[in-house]
Amino acid sequence: MKITQISVFLENRKGRLFEVTQLLGKNGINIRALNIAETDDFGVLRLVVDKPKDALAGLKAGGFVASTTEIVAVEVPDNPGGLSEVLGVLSREGLNVEYMYGFVEKKSEEALLVFRFEDTEKAVVALEKAGIRIITETEIHNL
Amino acid sequence: MDIRFWDKKIETLPRDALHPFQLNRLQQTIDRALLTPFYQAALTDIGVRSGRDITSLSQLRKLPFTTKEDLRKGFPDAFLAVDKRKVIRVHVSSGTTGMPTVIYHTKRDIVGWTELCARSIVATGASSEDVFQNMMSYGLFTGGLGLHYGGEKVGMMVIPVGSGNGKRQVQLMRDFHTTTVHATPSYLLHLYNEFEAETIPLSSLTLKRAFVGAEPHSEKLRKKIETLYHIDVFNSYGMSEMNGPGVAFECQYKQEMHLWEDAFLMEVIDPQTLCPLPDGKEGELVLTTLNREATPLIRYRSRDLTRILSEPCGCGRTHRRIARIKGRSDDMIIINGVNVFPSQIETILMRFPEVGTNYVIHLDKKEALDRLTIKTEVAPRLFTDDSRKLEDLKSRLRHEFKSTILVNPVIELHEPGSLPVSQGKAIRVVDERKDLN
Repeated sequence: MKITQISVFLENRKGRLFEVTQLLGKNGINIRALNIAETDDFGVLRLVVDKPKDALAGLKAGGFVASTTEIVAVEVPDNPGGLSEVLGVLSREGLNVEYMYGFVEKKSEEALLVFRFEDTEKAVVALEKAGIRIITETEIHNL
Repeated sequence: MDIRFWDKKIETLPRDALHPFQLNRLQQTIDRALLTPFYQAALTDIGVRSGRDITSLSQLRKLPFTTKEDLRKGFPDAFLAVDKRKVIRVHVSSGTTGMPTVIYHTKRDIVGWTELCARSIVATGASSEDVFQNMMSYGLFTGGLGLHYGGEKVGMMVIPVGSGNGKRQVQLMRDFHTTTVHATPSYLLHLYNEFEAETIPLSSLTLKRAFVGAEPHSEKLRKKIETLYHIDVFNSYGMSEMNGPGVAFECQYKQEMHLWEDAFLMEVIDPQTLCPLPDGKEGELVLTTLNREATPLIRYRSRDLTRILSEPCGCGRTHRRIARIKGRSDDMIIINGVNVFPSQIETILMRFPEVGTNYVIHLDKKEALDRLTIKTEVAPRLFTDDSRKLEDLKSRLRHEFKSTILVNPVIELHEPGSLPVSQGKAIRVVDERKDLN
């Protein structure tokens, strides 16, 4: 149920993000979702891709600092109150969200969101119990 | 010009009388030095067992040099020449590899140092009627306490404000009619902005003069400060190993600094061959204490580059002058008056496995003050996607630097491979500080 996210350290330099996307493109890797956490002098690029292992190897070979993190992708009804429903579950269970971001593309009528939890295992159990659909790695690959 | 003296007899002592005086004190210094473990070994090694073995000043060149490294290795007691119960003060400076250096002072040493500072202050024309706002840091750093004692000895009203807090400085200057200040040149430039921000007209001040030291600066910068504040600026030279301030000071003529030769024997040597150079030739200043009990130092290599000016000065003092410091014969850098060695920065970085061993020390000016930026690389092995952890790493690094080298740096994290790899030190220091003019 958990999905592998690739994180890349990016220093604040012109064209650095372009270089990452170019490298992934060359290696035939498709980006499904992305997010950048930025500070004054560096950023952390987070990516959900179709082939995380290849992406990680490619990035490292290309001289980037990259690591993997477990995240959870959740289907959220694409209507008013859809997100609050999911967050309500997390709140009742006392689960902390470290960060979240949306997917680039849509699979269906539902919106896809990526969550990074403090306690991934617990979060998965709580979400499933509440009937919220969690997207599998295979589904991501086949998007 | 009405020339003022603190101790006219000694300050104008004819050189033919000064030399026997110096020799006598050198012999005493050697006798004291022989009581320390370091010099006991170093002097007996070359056959010197008593001060009387040195019978002329020209024999000084036979004696071994003392370096900062020797002081570090000898920490804490190898240079101590008196019973610790006689020590009333210590000044400790931070070390390169965690090894500090220490200078001990007896009551008599503090009196001697205070005399030199009083003499320096009066040489600039200041007197007991002046109000002295001391903007140098107090504490283990010798800049503050040295001239503080000197100012009190002269009878000035001393305001021991220390460094920083521009608003407060301006307020104190106004409230107590400060006439004399002591600061680094860059701090005085920085403080000028404070006047503009506070819209306090400089004409409302009673400021007459400033003593500047602790960092190298040009004649142009002195002129700039003089013009901005409408005051006289006097150059000051000292170092903690030689007490602190009060080693050499400019007189009212402001034509380079008289080095107090009754208290220090000076030589200028070629830093490569270590041979003494004739007056007027530029080289490394080497000093021997002549009047210190607790920590006598023989032929201490200052690493400061200067030359001796032996032409007589209009003030009538017979003590020769040294030219403003041109630079260093080692890789020490001076940041807002604080001495830092690149190796200290390296040592601190090594303690953090989250960063690599490559780094660049970048220096520039932010407004008038020096800014230190330390660029380092994120270690791939320990990279996490949590930007808060990286921010936290930066703040821990900043804190560690602040408490160890006493300078608050800007930390920049870079990708591995983006900084030059270890190949000697020069490449690691990028100094873009332009002399402010």
